[in-house]
Order: sequence, then structure tokens, then C-alpha cells
Amino acid sequence: MLILNYMVQYPQTRFDASFAALSDATRRGVLEQLGRADASITDLAEKFHMTLTGMKKHVGVLERAGLVTTKKVGRVRTCRLGLHRLEEEAAWIERHRRLWAARFDELDKVVEDLHRKEKVDGRKKRE
Amino acid sequence: MDAKRESEPASAKMRTTVERTSERELVVTRTFNAPARIVFEAWTTPDLFIRWWAPKSLGMVLRSCEMDVRVGGGYRLVFGADASNTHAFFGRYVEVKPHTRLAWTNDEGGDEGPVTTVTFEEKGGRTLLVLHELYPSKDALDAAGTGAADALGETFEQLDELLVRLGGRAGRS
Repeated sequence: MLILNYMVQYPQTRFDASFAALSDATRRGVLEQLGRADASITDLAEKFHMTLTGMKKHVGVLERAGLVTTKKVGRVRTCRLGLHRLEEEAAWIERHRRLWAARFDELDKVVEDLHRKEKVDGRKKRE
Repeated sequence: MDAKRESEPASAKMRTTVERTSERELVVTRTFNAPARIVFEAWTTPDLFIRWWAPKSLGMVLRSCEMDVRVGGGYRLVFGADASNTHAFFGRYVEVKPHTRLAWTNDEGGDEGPVTTVTFEEKGGRTLLVLHELYPSKDALDAAGTGAADALGETFEQLDELLVRLGGRAGRS
């Protein structure tokens, strides 16, 4: 009954941003790279055989999706994996809570019907 | 008195709490304004179960529901907006204590499914329901509810895999 796996319960906008960010092979590669170690935009540009400007654009997309954070120290902008994962934890609980709350609000109605019916039947029996 | 309470709309909704109590456990609690036998009945009668398990507000459609509520008995739920695109959830009841306790396996995902236990505790005409899910591993619980994968197909599965891979790595560093 693990219906959650079957549902789409992401906050839509963030999901869109994440999905758009991950739709590109280079950006997925950048994330994998940053998973291994932080890197400067210059490092990443070299690694992916790209111009600095091109890599800046990719990193910008990842940054807006919350998947990467950057910090400039002197002339070097260092990239690392973003806090997205932490938000994921809260979102994870919230997805479960939303499912169960929605279910139980419906169950309230069923229970109320049964309860009412039981009372009416009980009254009839007594009469 | 009682009459007054009955006339109040049931819209004063109770709070649903969800807590991850360990790496492998999820606990959901909710109070219902009715005796345990009624809540239990709604949970174990297919015609009633089908009315609430797949809330329309979440865009879910439960097409069919079979349940043989006794220890060792099976259940099978089929979801899907149309007949050509359905998804089945199934398992077995491992504990059945009328009005008190119900537990079942979730077998659609092979070995990764949890055992779900629900207890119904009646107090003053109300029922405190506690649903407990015990997963075989941390990873299995992490993956529950991440998504999208089944609904949107391969692309999202890849996305999920990537996020899990990245997360795993970030977690270890």
C-alpha cells in the first residue's frame, strides 16, 4: 500500500527547477563531481571542456534549483552541493503527512456515516 | 450534552502527526471521533476502505480493493485512472485483532516493503489510531515517498537515483 511512491507530491515550482536543472548531462556531471569534492568554476570548466562563461551558466541553473551553492573567495568562485538535501528531509515528512492527513480526513466521513447509522439502527432496535 | 456534540460539524479536523522514529520506522497518529470498532470496520471492509484510502484531493483513483482480513489472508489494491495504466499494491495480513490491532505486509516492492501495524485505542468514545511502518532498511524508508518515479516514468527514476547517489555521497563526506 505504499502509494506514495506512485504519487507526484512535489511542490511544483521547486520540482520544475530541479528537474530542469537535472535535464542536462553536463549539469548532472557537475553534481556528481561536486559530490566527490568542491570545485571552482574554472576547475569545472576545464573538466567538462567548456568555456568559463558556459560553465557559469550551468552553475547558475543548479544554484537557482538549490542543488549547488557558490562562494567567492578572492577571484575564485567555489561550488559545492547545496542544502537541497536538507529541505528534502522536511519535504519527505511533509509528503507523508499530507497523504495520511488527506486519507484520514476522508476516513472521518466514513466513520461519521457508520457512527450515525449505528445510532439510528440502535434507536430502531430499542423502539 | 451529547446531542450538542453530535450536532457539531465533524469539520473540526483532528491533527495527523508523522514522525520518523528511527532509520527504519515511520509513525503516524490520528484521533477519530468514534469508537474503535467503527474505525476498524472502515479499515477492514472493502466497500468502506475504497472510500477513503485513495483521497480524490490527491488525484488518486482506487479501481478495486479485495481483502481477506484474517491472519495469512491477502489484500490487493489496484490504482489507476484508466484500465491501461494500473498499479497494484498487495500483501498479507499478519495480525488481526478485531477493533484493536491490524498488521500487514507490503509485498509489491519485493523485499523492500515495510510491515505496517495499526493499533486502535479507544478512550472516552474516541479512537487514537497509531500506524507504524517498519522498513527492512534505512534505504527502503528513505526511498518511500520520494516520488515521482513510478508516476512519471524513467526520467524521474533516473533523477531519483541521481539524488540518492548524490545524497549518499554528501552524507558520507
